[in-house]
Amino acid sequence: MNDLNRQAIANYKNDFLREVEERVEDGDWVRMCMQCGVCAGSCPLGNAWEHTPQKLFMMIRAGKREEVLSSDSMWMCTSCYNCIVRCPRKLPITHIMHGLAHYAHKLNMAPKGQPTRDIAKLFWDNLVKTGRVNELKFSLAMYFKDGFMQGIRNALAMQAVGMGLVKAKRLNPMEILGGHKCKDQGGIHRMIAKARAIEAHKKG
Amino acid sequence: MSKRQYAFYPGCSSQKGASASNFVTSIQMMCEKLGVQLNEIPDWNCCGASIGYGEGGELPRLVLNARNLALAEQHLPGQDMVSGCPACWLSTRETAERLNKFDDLMAEANEALKEAGLNLKGSVKARHIVEVLIEDVGFAEMRQAVVKPLQDLKIAGYVGCQTNRPFGITGESFENPLYLDKMIETVGAEAVSSYDQKVTCCGGALAFSEPDKSQKQIRDIVESAYDHGAEMIVTPCQLCQANVEVYQSEINKKQGTQFNMPVVYYSQLMTVAYGGGVKQAGLDGHIIQPKKLQDIAGK
Ligand code: SF4
Ligand code: SF4
Ligand code: SF4
Ligand code: SF4
Repeated sequence: MNDLNRQAIANYKNDFLREVEERVEDGDWVRMCMQCGVCAGSCPLGNAWEHTPQKLFMMIRAGKREEVLSSDSMWMCTSCYNCIVRCPRKLPITHIMHGLAHYAHKLNMAPKGQPTRDIAKLFWDNLVKTGRVNELKFSLAMYFKDGFMQGIRNALAMQAVGMGLVKAKRLNPMEILGGHKCKDQGGIHRMIAKARAIEAHKKG
Repeated sequence: MSKRQYAFYPGCSSQKGASASNFVTSIQMMCEKLGVQLNEIPDWNCCGASIGYGEGGELPRLVLNARNLALAEQHLPGQDMVSGCPACWLSTRETAERLNKFDDLMAEANEALKEAGLNLKGSVKARHIVEVLIEDVGFAEMRQAVVKPLQDLKIAGYVGCQTNRPFGITGESFENPLYLDKMIETVGAEAVSSYDQKVTCCGGALAFSEPDKSQKQIRDIVESAYDHGAEMIVTPCQLCQANVEVYQSEINKKQGTQFNMPVVYYSQLMTVAYGGGVKQAGLDGHIIQPKKLQDIAGK
């Protein structure tokens, strides 16, 4: 268990709803859900969700902290915004799903090896380094995230796709030598560090 | 005619040699013909896209976008900020609206921006290129510029999610937006009006992490285009374009389908209709060749 998690448990005792309201992005909306079920039928990868957004909101109110934060479900969100435009109570469901995923990741309670979790981290690290996403390094990192041999297998499986993109000049093999970046990388690094510090101070 | 000026935010996938570089190529001629000038925001950074949340969290993500808004405000004052990538547009617009609504968030964002020598007042409006075309240029002007109507071409207009939700184009419905079909017809082609996968999600960024689940979505999107007799799919979204074009061969391999459906951007259609050649329309950047459109462009 990491420090943040220990501190959150001590702080909120058994009041998981309040924890979500105070620490999860847009978590203060959860209370507004009237359990109508509209969002539950809106997710494109719906049958891969063990707990629909509706269910997650119910579980939060029932204090099921462990089950919610270790759920695989919010990582299935494609950010399609179907739910947001349909919810009769106007809950920003997409943002709450992102917020829950981020919070679970931060407390290290999210499922280990969850592919979207891993890729989201790689993506963020890649972009923060230079200010822009380097698609080649990002794809290579993705293929090799499960180790070297699996990486070779993954890369071979997608080789046709990759070569097609290179031929169409939409994936530049020279990017490995540098590629796109912002000029003021120092400023971006300081800015992100500051934003993280402010958020940590505010949300524990 | 004096040109309409905009602060342009290309986004990472539209850089030279990146997956949507042919999109940027094609908007150049389209914009020129329509009197739209896009001024690139100096030193812009990535918006964080839709999966930045996992590691990034709330404020760092907002601040990334605030930096672009601040750069636009400072270097291109008075101009609306325009992006072609729906994910970029969404991130930027959401940031602008949230910061303008909550003073404490704006103050925090500015505290972080100070580290990069910037400050945001909050005067910039974040828009999508499609909004510029429809609201500022208008369908009449878009039609006037046509020199080569795209006759005998049947096209499925695939809007996808993020150009359509949660903001969408003013006056359009979320379930059945009509503007893309109208744009297709404006350049003389035929839109498949009964295309039922118009606003289906392609899986977005989860095409990487959950390939099988996303490919099921993509299969529906392509299959329905075939069922309705479409010869190609047109989309306003970079990630949709890439996902729907690139994974067809994977789906064929795994599921024994024989998909070979070209997927192009609306801007490529317009560039060809405005007299552009294969290169100007970025039609040399495809994995599935849009043969018929290439032929028209080459004539
Ligand atoms: S649609 Fe809205 S109100 Fe209905 S269950 Fe989902 S979140 Fe709750
Ligand atoms: S945005 Fe996420 S939660 Fe909402 S419908 Fe789409 S996948 Fe489901
Ligand atoms: S959405 Fe994609 S392309 Fe647009 S800036 Fe963000 S990462 Fe880059
Ligand atoms: S359709 Fe796909 S790529 Fe397009 S916006 Fe939705 S998720 Fe993104």
